[in-house]
Amino acid sequence: MSAFSITEPSQRSKWVAGSLVIVYALITMIPLAWIMLTGFKSPSDAISYPPKVVFEPTLEGYVNLFTTRTRQTQDFLDANPPQNWADEIVREYDMVIVGPSKFGERFLNSVIIGFGSTFLSIFLGTLAAYAFSRFKIPLADDLLFFILSTRMMPPIAVAIPIFLMYRNLGLSDTHLGMILLYTAVNISLAVWLLKGFIDEIPREYEEAALIDGYTRFQAFYKVVLPQAATGIASTAIFCLIFAWNEYAFAVLLTSATAQTAPPFIPTIIGVGGLDWPAVAAGATIFLLPVMIFTILLRKHLLRGITFGAVRK
Amino acid sequence: MTDTLADKAAGATPKRVVRKIRGLSDRAIAWIFVAPTIFLLLAINIFPLIWTIQLSFTNFRANRLTREPEFIGLRNYERILTDSDIWLNMQATAHFLFWTIALQVLIGFTLAWLINKKFKGNDLWTTIIVLPMMLSPAVVGNFWKFLYQPQIGLFNYIVAFFTGKEPSSFEMLGSVQLAPWSIVIVDTWMWTPFVMLICLAGLRSIPDYIYEAAEVDRASKLRQFFTITIPMVLPFLMLAVLFRGIENFKMFDLVVQLTGGGPGSTTELTSINLKREAFEKWRTGYASAYAIILFVTVFGLASIYVKALNKVKER
Repeated sequence: MSAFSITEPSQRSKWVAGSLVIVYALITMIPLAWIMLTGFKSPSDAISYPPKVVFEPTLEGYVNLFTTRTRQTQDFLDANPPQNWADEIVREYDMVIVGPSKFGERFLNSVIIGFGSTFLSIFLGTLAAYAFSRFKIPLADDLLFFILSTRMMPPIAVAIPIFLMYRNLGLSDTHLGMILLYTAVNISLAVWLLKGFIDEIPREYEEAALIDGYTRFQAFYKVVLPQAATGIASTAIFCLIFAWNEYAFAVLLTSATAQTAPPFIPTIIGVGGLDWPAVAAGATIFLLPVMIFTILLRKHLLRGITFGAVRK
Repeated sequence: MTDTLADKAAGATPKRVVRKIRGLSDRAIAWIFVAPTIFLLLAINIFPLIWTIQLSFTNFRANRLTREPEFIGLRNYERILTDSDIWLNMQATAHFLFWTIALQVLIGFTLAWLINKKFKGNDLWTTIIVLPMMLSPAVVGNFWKFLYQPQIGLFNYIVAFFTGKEPSSFEMLGSVQLAPWSIVIVDTWMWTPFVMLICLAGLRSIPDYIYEAAEVDRASKLRQFFTITIPMVLPFLMLAVLFRGIENFKMFDLVVQLTGGGPGSTTELTSINLKREAFEKWRTGYASAYAIILFVTVFGLASIYVKALNKVKER
């Protein structure tokens, strides 16, 4: 940037613009901040009126999120002293912890399905993107458009036959089934984005390698892949976030073994619909990784967000 | 590093031999690379689509496997297109689409324009604004439901604080008048950053020299805004509208968690209605026809829109 430019906004307008944007950012953060705070409230603080900003923090929500509890008689409670800090928290309600809740399992499913489908989408997507970028493929434009158009279908519309197909193949409620499904959804975005990244790598690099006696395949994984690493990484984050957040397919096609966290979190609500701190704790644990990722990798995420439509 | 290793490997055998033995032809490699993707898309996208088309002409019910489905021709389509309830769902969807897009374009563009003033720390604040759109819509819907609770919710409290109304005097999710707006608010909160980012990319693509030339010609700032900024950003803005339009036409997770389609069917968007028909009433054939109608609608509207977009781009 030049030291002086007539198009450079004045200090005053910068100051006004900055304050307005900051005000918007702060307002937009209120819901997220509130949900994180609620995770550390007791159930009665969470539903108090007026809403409490200052309260005594407790890990009750988190304990309730990760455990199942039963109410016990006073005699039983007296005979069995609390074993740890978590036990002590639930004692206040005359309860004892009887075991872990399903949240851990659901969270793990999200991790397995998220990473599994991301790996597969990137693996297949990189190969396809390379081929589309470097070789003359008959009807390439039509194929690319077809790949992208599969994203226009409402998930529920696709879910009807998938549901029937998976039932026949025994893929319903399995990790493999969900991984394949999320890969199929993600691969369109992956091919589209990756092709953009590979297009930007000069062909001369590979051609030089080919002249040096590399096979096409060697040139691909020794020259092109390292060059495309950043692009591959940012595409991977996108695939991961999609699979992590997906709800419609998960709620329709999984119920027990392979259920992920998004359909599970709303069911935490508990007896009488009052356990908002546990729901908030679940939401916090589930959303926090994505928020941290976004902040850390903000430079690389931009292009994925705009669907590769915006190149630079 | 890789170069030296590869050099050694390549040096070990005469070049021509290597290529003959190990090198597949480019054509073969192209197909090997593309085939798995195409196969997966055929198996999980195209085959199901064809199956849906076939099912849409039958009265198949997925919860009754013993009964043979009958071919009933276009009866499903006829029933859907003449059903007045479905037109109500379409209206709810149109209301949702119109207002979310209008608000997101307005706020998103304004934010992008402000951020483009390049004040100190703008990239950090941009990232913070972007956060909501990275989150799981179902979980977002679930916790906004908490914020919208009439007596205890933060949203009601804040509105009451500024308007002086009783916080329990209105129910965002429970009232027929307010529920359609409650989903518009959450979607706008979540997706304005998306429109903002695309607009920002548009604004940044305008070269400085155009404004410099306008300054030299003594065009006023207002005139520059309407004759340079708006036309140059328009293709980007239209693209953002296209993506938001397609996404919100498919909207399911956020709204299902917020309102479940209620009260009554005031927020029952087409996807929610479709889910009811397919997975609660188990009218599989009927729901398939419905799915096809929705798909054709999105695809048709999107194609017309893309044509318009290309015209704007050419200008």
